Amino acid sequence: MLELRNVSKDFKDFKLRNISLDVERGEYFVILGPTGAGKTLLLELIAGFHIPDEGKILIDGADATKLPPERRNIGFVYQDYALFPHLSVEENVKFGLRLKNLPKSEIEARVKELMELFGISHLAKRRPRTLSGGEQQKVALARALAVRPRILLLDEPLSALDVPTQNALRVELKRLHGRFGTTTLHVTHDRAEALTLADRIAVMMRGSISQIGKPHEVFRKPTNEEVAAFVGVENVLSGRIIGSGGGVARIDVGSFELLAVTPVKSGKVSVFIRPEDIVLSTAPPTPKSSARNCITSRIVSVTDLGALRRVELDCGLIALVTEQAAEELGLRAEKEVFATFKATAVHVLPKL
Amino acid sequence: MRRLLLVFSALGALILAFILLPLLNTLVSALLDWQLLVETAKKSAFWQIFGLTAYAALIATMIAAALGTPLAYVLARKDFFGKEFVRGVIDVPVVIPHMAAGIALLSMLSRQGVAGVFGLQLTETLFAVVAAMLFVSVPFYVDVAFEGFRSVDARFENVARSLGASSFEAFVKVTLPLAARHLLAGAVLCWARAVSEFAAIIAVAYYPMVISTYIWEVFLSEGYRAARSAVALVLVIALLIFAALRALMKPMPE
Repeated sequence: MLELRNVSKDFKDFKLRNISLDVERGEYFVILGPTGAGKTLLLELIAGFHIPDEGKILIDGADATKLPPERRNIGFVYQDYALFPHLSVEENVKFGLRLKNLPKSEIEARVKELMELFGISHLAKRRPRTLSGGEQQKVALARALAVRPRILLLDEPLSALDVPTQNALRVELKRLHGRFGTTTLHVTHDRAEALTLADRIAVMMRGSISQIGKPHEVFRKPTNEEVAAFVGVENVLSGRIIGSGGGVARIDVGSFELLAVTPVKSGKVSVFIRPEDIVLSTAPPTPKSSARNCITSRIVSVTDLGALRRVELDCGLIALVTEQAAEELGLRAEKEVFATFKATAVHVLPKL
Repeated sequence: MRRLLLVFSALGALILAFILLPLLNTLVSALLDWQLLVETAKKSAFWQIFGLTAYAALIATMIAAALGTPLAYVLARKDFFGKEFVRGVIDVPVVIPHMAAGIALLSMLSRQGVAGVFGLQLTETLFAVVAAMLFVSVPFYVDVAFEGFRSVDARFENVARSLGASSFEAFVKVTLPLAARHLLAGAVLCWARAVSEFAAIIAVAYYPMVISTYIWEVFLSEGYRAARSAVALVLVIALLIFAALRALMKPMPE
């Protein structure tokens, strides 16, 4: 569907080097990488706002490297949405349709349907700057989808929103993708976002792609240390809620069970635990500790990260401890340790 | 902080007084001399000249907008070798004495100049008046339009194009409306500068007369008193136009 072959580009402070990817029809493809990796520039190349210095871009098998943006039929949603400030919400959504000599009745019908679908009908006459971030996001999505693009490009679509809105819109994005089936490229630096939405993930570092794979491949088996350092700052586990009460859920993650403070009450979930929140000890922690999870496990490996040690446990968790603590505890492979972390340190997202 | 603002306000009041006092003084003394004022206002020549001045300045502004808008857009959007040179050239008319500008234009318009090569004599024509006005006022339009286009985020154009707009359609439907207030402000400034020009105009065209050359002639032939009443009339009209434009350009409610 969309194919990039050895695309390179120098633009201002960003350099893209030999980017090759292949996105399939209907796929939700996430490009994950730290800020400054050149992710936005990559999307702008795909949209045709810039022309690559080298390499080719193919859409539906046809060379689109130098095709002007208006002939690509690729939707683009910027991080801050870039709604036209001089037009009302309705006029923003209509913008693309008005350019395509469609009968007026069809334009009206399509706009009405989209605005209802996004729940923004009541905002029709408002100006973009009077809307909340979440509302602007919906308008931007409606505007992009109105022209039925072949590919939808989303540049950090959730990062400008507060957390509850983020969660709601993440669900919305998944629902939309299910409904329209539009091939989607979504750029983000947020690992949880990538994990919950992506069919496949490409990890991008300093202008080139380091790894492409299914979410669990990327998180479980990072191909190099750089990717590991970036995706590895989270423990990502899949699980199922097996009990809940008083705002605390018991979750079965396969190799062990854990407690999490979460409003989610049932179903399949993704579980995130930051490795620095996991405390290792050689003796069982005192019972009065406020931490609610204590897992006994064997150390698989200890990796030197400078001032920190990355400790991989056979229960599947990864902990980060200071060099000093690692030496005091005598941490090494095969040693049995207690991994302790608070129920509040467990971040739970429902599986989409 | 309060004290600082007080001192600064006092200094500001000085410059305000410097502008207002001569104008008020002229206005009041001309009003006291009301019989002469009425006589001046009754002259059809005065109103014809006033109309011609406004008309010539309007043509100059329209040319400045027609040619200056694309230039300002290119300057705002594109980085190229020599861009600062081009911007410098645009601002040259602001920094040279306007009489020098007029003499330079003479080399183009007179029978001894470039126009003469084609058997033309363009001095002492409306064409010369418009040319002189355009020369001295176009920098104001281009500079404000440039700022206007720079204030429009290029990503709006990107989005428009991703929705199917050609680059020209994106310019017309997105960039122009978003820069419209700047363009209008630039045009007003340009027009006002054109109306008030004297030196460059008198170098290329004593006739047809415009308001500044007319006041000059009245001053030379009839003296201070007569010039004063013409000036008072011009002041009143100018202030009315200025106030109307200010009201027109008030920020629209969002």
